Amino acid sequence: MGKRVLLIEDEPNIIEAIRFVLSRAGYVVDTHSDGSTALAAIRAKKPDMVILDVMLPNRSGYDILRDLRAEAATVALPVLMLTARGQKKDREMAERYGASRYMTKPFSNAEMIGTVTELLGQ
Amino acid sequence: MAKSGLTGSRIRERRMQLGLRQSVLARTVGISASYLNLIEHNRRRIAGKLLLSIGRELGVEANVLTDGAEGALIEALRDAAVGPDARTEDLARPEDFAGRFPGWAALLAAQHRRILALEHTAEALTDRLTHDPQLAASMHEVLSVVTAIRSTAGILAGPGEIDPEWQKRFHRNLYEDSRRLAESSQALVEYLDSAGDEGGDAGLTLPQEELESWLERRGYHVTELEQGDGPEAVLASDADLRGSPAARSMALGYLAKYAGDAEAMPLAAVRAAVAEVGYDPARLATLFGCDLATVFRRLASLPQGAGAPRIGLVACDSSGTLTFRKPVEGFALPRFGAACPLWPLYQALVRPMTPVRARVEQAGRDAAAFLTFAISQPATPPGFDLPQVFHATMLILPEELAADEPGGRSLPIGSSCRICPRAHCAARREPSILTDGF
Repeated sequence: MGKRVLLIEDEPNIIEAIRFVLSRAGYVVDTHSDGSTALAAIRAKKPDMVILDVMLPNRSGYDILRDLRAEAATVALPVLMLTARGQKKDREMAERYGASRYMTKPFSNAEMIGTVTELLGQ
Repeated sequence: MAKSGLTGSRIRERRMQLGLRQSVLARTVGISASYLNLIEHNRRRIAGKLLLSIGRELGVEANVLTDGAEGALIEALRDAAVGPDARTEDLARPEDFAGRFPGWAALLAAQHRRILALEHTAEALTDRLTHDPQLAASMHEVLSVVTAIRSTAGILAGPGEIDPEWQKRFHRNLYEDSRRLAESSQALVEYLDSAGDEGGDAGLTLPQEELESWLERRGYHVTELEQGDGPEAVLASDADLRGSPAARSMALGYLAKYAGDAEAMPLAAVRAAVAEVGYDPARLATLFGCDLATVFRRLASLPQGAGAPRIGLVACDSSGTLTFRKPVEGFALPRFGAACPLWPLYQALVRPMTPVRARVEQAGRDAAAFLTFAISQPATPPGFDLPQVFHATMLILPEELAADEPGGRSLPIGSSCRICPRAHCAARREPSILTDGF
């Protein structure tokens, strides 16, 4: 069975495309769309990595990331941050809060697969 | 001795720190060693080019030689002592404080600098929040749709077989996203176009903002209505309110209410009454036989200038949504989102028909004290089996107009939680961005 990726993103067509691309590459993809319950979803699904959008309904991806890094169980969980912002301070913020990688929208499918593969050490 | 009288001693001290001989320094700056000696013993005054030359040779600013290191500290204390919290007489002697408690004085000066830096940050963030949300939301929408299109198109155009059912889904997604992209990019272009219009209502997105912008240009005073013209006539003759049908509809409603207020409280009579009883809403209401909300609106529509300072006004409906905003300097009104729950406006909203008077002060360097009056009144006639609608109105009087009025101690309030730096506020509904690590 392939490694589990949890995609936390609120844009349905992005979810569909990424899920298709990663599934075809051999990963098991779960999805979640709400910021306020994202932490609970991560705890419940225990993914091998998380793809986390920054601008989510009800809670920012940065806040979720900060909480993930404060928990022993998820302190080292690979997290790829996705954002529509590309400014330097946003990259710095993602790094400060402990993102493993940072990807600016729009990205290509090849970039997505390459980064996920790298983060999962495959 | 005055601090400038010690300039020579500071030159001597600095020269000796550098291990520089008196004769060498004197020769370098073009004076005799004996004259420099007199200067160093504070027996000759020094200023101008010679002071600058000596400062340059000693590697220090001239004012460090004249004022000493404590000069900057005293300046910082003096600066701190003109803030809104500085109210006692002894703050006028920062030299004494710095001399007796140099450590505490340095700490106070450092904290004052820190407060200034934080206020600067708050202002920048306020500006960003005030002006950019629409742009940020538009950009986010465009980039999200582009991402979906790029990824979906990459799947369809890329190698590998795709199940016909999935192909159909992705084609449908592409079609939906391309439509969304067309709409969101058009909205973005319209936003940017309006921002580039000189003198236009740049970036105004809500009918209420269009109306308030129009009223701002008129100083919230509509002369034609004061002279008996009707609301329709004002709108018909004023091409300046070019806004949306919704804005014109709101303007019509506002002008109709204004005309009613002006009829109940004619301008000349209001001026005479204010001259007699001051800006006392209760007495004015009694004099004119009006309700308090009418008096508030009327006072806020008085023409400014010639000794008549600007008076602010806000109104909200039963949901707490601000339905009218006339800002006044030193009392920030949020453009987006909800306002501070501590505003007397909201205290009035929960106690209908009970007048509320409170002296308030917002956080921030430009904040000032204001006396506010608020009332919540029914907006609909009483009736059975129907929801009762209340509107609350708050008059914001600058302290200079209300110095003699009672109102108690200043209540610390904010503009909106997101940009309010006040810690430990019982009414806080969300964290401030000032503590979020920005």
